[in-house]
Amino acid sequence: MKNCEYQQIDPRALSVSPSSAQNHTEKRVQRPRRKWEVFPGKNRFYCDGRIILARQSGVLPLTLGLIVVTCGLFFAFDCPFLVKHLTVFIPVIGGVLFVFVVLSLLRTSFTDPGILPRATPDEAADVEKQIDTSGSSTYRPPPRTKEILINQQVVKLKYCFTCKTFRPPRTSHCSLCDNCVERFDHHCPWVGNCVGKRNYRFFYSFIISLSFLTSFIFGCVITHITLRSQAGKSLVQAIQESPARYPLYLVICFFSIWSILGLSGFHTYLVASNLTTNEDIKGSWSSKRAAEESGNPYSYNSIITNCCVTLCGPMPPSLIDRRGFLPIDEAIPAASASEIELPPFVAKNDAHMCTQSTKDVLERVVHSFDYQGLCPTGTPKTSPLALEVSSTAAPSPETSPSAGCSRQLARHPVAAPCPPFSSSNKRDSLHSINPAFRLASPSPSLSRTTLILGDAPDIGFIPLP
Amino acid sequence: MATEFHNLQELRHSASLVTKVFIQRDYSEGTVCRFQSKFPSELDNRIERTLLEETVKTLNSYYVEAEKIGGQSYLEGCLACATAYIIFLCMETRYEKVLKKISGYIQEQNEKIYAPRGLLLTDPIERGMRVLEISVFEDRGSGSSSPSSSMSSAGSSAR
Repeated sequence: MKNCEYQQIDPRALSVSPSSAQNHTEKRVQRPRRKWEVFPGKNRFYCDGRIILARQSGVLPLTLGLIVVTCGLFFAFDCPFLVKHLTVFIPVIGGVLFVFVVLSLLRTSFTDPGILPRATPDEAADVEKQIDTSGSSTYRPPPRTKEILINQQVVKLKYCFTCKTFRPPRTSHCSLCDNCVERFDHHCPWVGNCVGKRNYRFFYSFIISLSFLTSFIFGCVITHITLRSQAGKSLVQAIQESPARYPLYLVICFFSIWSILGLSGFHTYLVASNLTTNEDIKGSWSSKRAAEESGNPYSYNSIITNCCVTLCGPMPPSLIDRRGFLPIDEAIPAASASEIELPPFVAKNDAHMCTQSTKDVLERVVHSFDYQGLCPTGTPKTSPLALEVSSTAAPSPETSPSAGCSRQLARHPVAAPCPPFSSSNKRDSLHSINPAFRLASPSPSLSRTTLILGDAPDIGFIPLP
Repeated sequence: MATEFHNLQELRHSASLVTKVFIQRDYSEGTVCRFQSKFPSELDNRIERTLLEETVKTLNSYYVEAEKIGGQSYLEGCLACATAYIIFLCMETRYEKVLKKISGYIQEQNEKIYAPRGLLLTDPIERGMRVLEISVFEDRGSGSSSPSSSMSSAGSSAR
């Protein structure tokens, strides 16, 4: 079972979260990102978000392979004989069914089944607040449920700990895909995706057309062997003369027919009574389950209406908006996050710089950093550095360069001779000379620092003792 | 007249967000998309009850229209089935058309009614149709009595 620990959402954590801000910082300068790239569920996306699959889609190639191979053998061996002896429509019908089956399968696999996006932090905090006010603060009840009335029948809505929201009715959380799926039917490994509200009709048409296809092929093969045996030879002889492939795909057809036909029959029953596999298995609306009268509150009490609604009803849109761009609001905290990273590094470098212009740049950066009003996200070591920056930026620059404390930001006199500056030298000095400054500084941040300090080539440095 | 129509982006970035109020879904009629018409208490002094109820009622009627099962939806469904659902790649479904109307309506409501009162509606589709999110911004002026003056003061202080 998934993690069911009750974790209170801290309203203070609703503002910038450092890790996401960091991601945005790195990507912000490159290109705007699409929402599928930061999707939290276990799904795989192809074609820039147009195609969605479950992470474990290993059996889908097998399904496709079985269908293609069986049909290929059918077209190669049965069709020539049957066209000659019966009618040309045999391969035509077979072809149409094959195309329909493959298209339905691909549509089922690649369509968003009705994934419910996870609650935003604000929403989740609001729900938590409502739960806390309604119940006692000391006792935390395990799985949280909410009872509502649907068509005068009591239905329990469960709280999803992963998605941090009360699941709408008929929604279930798929542990394989780690998503809540609306009108969740089941997770089908053959199809490599969940079957839910949005792709149930594709799934149903897939299994119905597949039943027709397998029955058709089976019938054609039987006809073929019968016709061969009628042409003067016995049945056994006819089979012996035929290529060895016939028994093989006869067997495949025979077994798959029973399972596919059975599945189609089962789903036809589900469609007619407006049930999902999930509800049927759990017996949610079964009459023998509970004492009080319970019936399916979603059924329209008419087989035809149920079928029409499930299969021909309006096609709901995808709620996860895979191809949308991440909103610009998330880039604004990223701007401040990049500036949060800068002051410690700038402060470090400034200890080795000896020009007034650097100090001006530093003041500007610090003031903008203060303006954002956000706390620095680095280790405690970096924050005192930043604070020292702001404190020493104001007083006079004639601080003694020989101060032993490595954290003091010495402002060297402008006239002091300085060796020429280069970014590699700067980095070496940082790492070799002063262990206090030996922070893990990746080169991108250094290069960013170099950009800010515009007149970098003129800046020299004096190594601290 | 032009001063009453505020730039919503400006509102979002210049005014400070106080809180967000969520109107949850109403499942009493099944899984159709409906929002509760209960008026949230946090908005008592920010907006008139009738205005918000009217907005929610109109939104609910739009969703009913989108999810209506009738002749047109059956035709669409059967046509799609007959073409092996390829038609969904080319054609815009009725639901999507209604969703566009809804976002236009929400935009218009924001400009005319909610932004002058320091509120902002978020289209439910952006929240997975779970909630109707109302962002409440800091009320710098005297409130709904003088909407334009309160917003202009907010705008000038942000500069």
